[in-house]
Amino acid sequence: MSNHPIQPQPERRRFLRFGAALGGFLTGCKTSRVEEPAEPSSLGKPLSEHGARSPFEKTGRLPGPGKNPEIGSSKTPLQDCYGILTPASLHFERHHSGVPHIDPAAHKLLLHGLVDRPLMLTMADIHRLPAVSRIHFIECSGNSRSEWGPKTAPDAQKAHGLVSCSEWTGVPLSIVLAEAGVKAGASWIVAEGADACHMQRSIPLKKALDDALLVFGQNGEAIRPEQGYPLRLLIPGWEGNTSVKWVRRIKLVDQPSMTKDETSKYTDLMADGTARQFTFEMDAKSVITFPSGGQKLAGPGFCEISGLAWSGRGRIERVEISTDGGRTWVNAALDEPRLRIAFTRFRLPWKWEGQEVILQSRCTDETGYVQPSREALLEARGANSDYHNNCITAWKISPGGGVTNV
Amino acid sequence: MYKMAGLCLLVAGAALAQKYGVGHTPTAEEVKAWDISIPPDGAGLPDGSGTVAQGKDFYASKCAKCHGSQGQGGDEGPLAGGQGSLRTAKPLKTVGSYWPYATTLYDYISRAMPFKQPGTLSPNQVYALVAHILHLNGIIGENEVMDARTLPKVKMPNRDGFIRDTRPDTGKARSKK
Repeated sequence: MSNHPIQPQPERRRFLRFGAALGGFLTGCKTSRVEEPAEPSSLGKPLSEHGARSPFEKTGRLPGPGKNPEIGSSKTPLQDCYGILTPASLHFERHHSGVPHIDPAAHKLLLHGLVDRPLMLTMADIHRLPAVSRIHFIECSGNSRSEWGPKTAPDAQKAHGLVSCSEWTGVPLSIVLAEAGVKAGASWIVAEGADACHMQRSIPLKKALDDALLVFGQNGEAIRPEQGYPLRLLIPGWEGNTSVKWVRRIKLVDQPSMTKDETSKYTDLMADGTARQFTFEMDAKSVITFPSGGQKLAGPGFCEISGLAWSGRGRIERVEISTDGGRTWVNAALDEPRLRIAFTRFRLPWKWEGQEVILQSRCTDETGYVQPSREALLEARGANSDYHNNCITAWKISPGGGVTNV
Repeated sequence: MYKMAGLCLLVAGAALAQKYGVGHTPTAEEVKAWDISIPPDGAGLPDGSGTVAQGKDFYASKCAKCHGSQGQGGDEGPLAGGQGSLRTAKPLKTVGSYWPYATTLYDYISRAMPFKQPGTLSPNQVYALVAHILHLNGIIGENEVMDARTLPKVKMPNRDGFIRDTRPDTGKARSKK
């Protein structure tokens, strides 16, 4: 950089150079060069239409596509995220037949069934209606499935990455339903996507009228195609599958449609062979994201413990942390804002002495519900229910600094 | 004066009916074309029919690659077997062992299968595949015909296997109810 003939050399840099030279002299004329500060002295990149992250930032969703790449899920790197919002580019994915390519000018939403007047809405129609913005997490009810054991996932992303939190902007579904006019006798809606398989779920009308949104915005921009562009449902606090993406049709009915994804999937098998159905709410959960599985502490010393807590039933009231395998617990500090049905960031100052440590977090939501242990879940449901695992995660820090899921 | 009051009432009535006045009313044909949901009572099942034998051939060419020649599974999940396994340590959830309604099979095949050509099957083809898969699970006999009348009457083995959500079931819950 110093061989650039036109670049003026800032005063501070010259001083540093002098200091470095002096330092070299004082330490006995060592021949090795002292490293210079890394600020660039040449011009940077020009303005750009759409920003991209630093090339030094490598974190991404995992895993990549499998055998049928249009089916499956990719998980958010919770351990690499700050604050409570997930970048849209890192929001977890769960697709049943790929991400459709939809021109918003051609997309329509049909409301029909037990309504006074069937209604066909364009995106332009929807954009004219009163909108709201709300911060909510979305969590797949299959999240943390690995934690039923006995072999658990190695890190926060692989164990718990089917949850993300965004600011969503859209029209309350109640407004659109009122436009169509809900007929007496309607008690459920069936919502259907415009993806290749037309994924559909039945949702009680009460919830649809309460706080459901028809969403077109995410973190200040249009929702990404993977998140349902140009229009998705958001059913706050309920299993992610009900927040139907690419929503194209809502039918008002007097009974659930018993779709594939509310009978053969997303039902929770109990030890006695019966299965819970329509287990909508996501129970309170927390996970420490630093230090967490797969990370390595460089050595003993200060280390802020930090993580995320959330509940489908409301606000997070308390997060406790144990650094001794669950014998004693202390309250973590909760960052503001502390919103209903949203990520809450918790923190605890801590000093690692270099010994083996078991770290755990346990949250309590505003209903008084306390995040359970794995043993408590297994005792209540058996080991085959697959969905809705919200148990406490334990990370072990070994004397060498490595962190594993135990 | 009376006229104006009448006009106000009219406007108020319209506002009550439709506050924002957005969108348009679709035709009955449009709604029919879009509505592909088949609930347990079979409402909306189309005309047509299919037999187990017809479904067997069609299954071999369109479905067996992913689901196995006998529905035992392959790249994707199994469709047959597993009856009696739900309360064991290794439950096998299939159409026969787990699915509560036969109508779901019609609805799902019709909208989503085959995986790479969803929505391309005729009603006769879907009825035939449904018949074959039900027969693979021993639920209907090999000479039965599936159509809009017979399909909703099929009683699935696990029809009564589902219960309501009883959570919170852990965690010292203090209900606010």
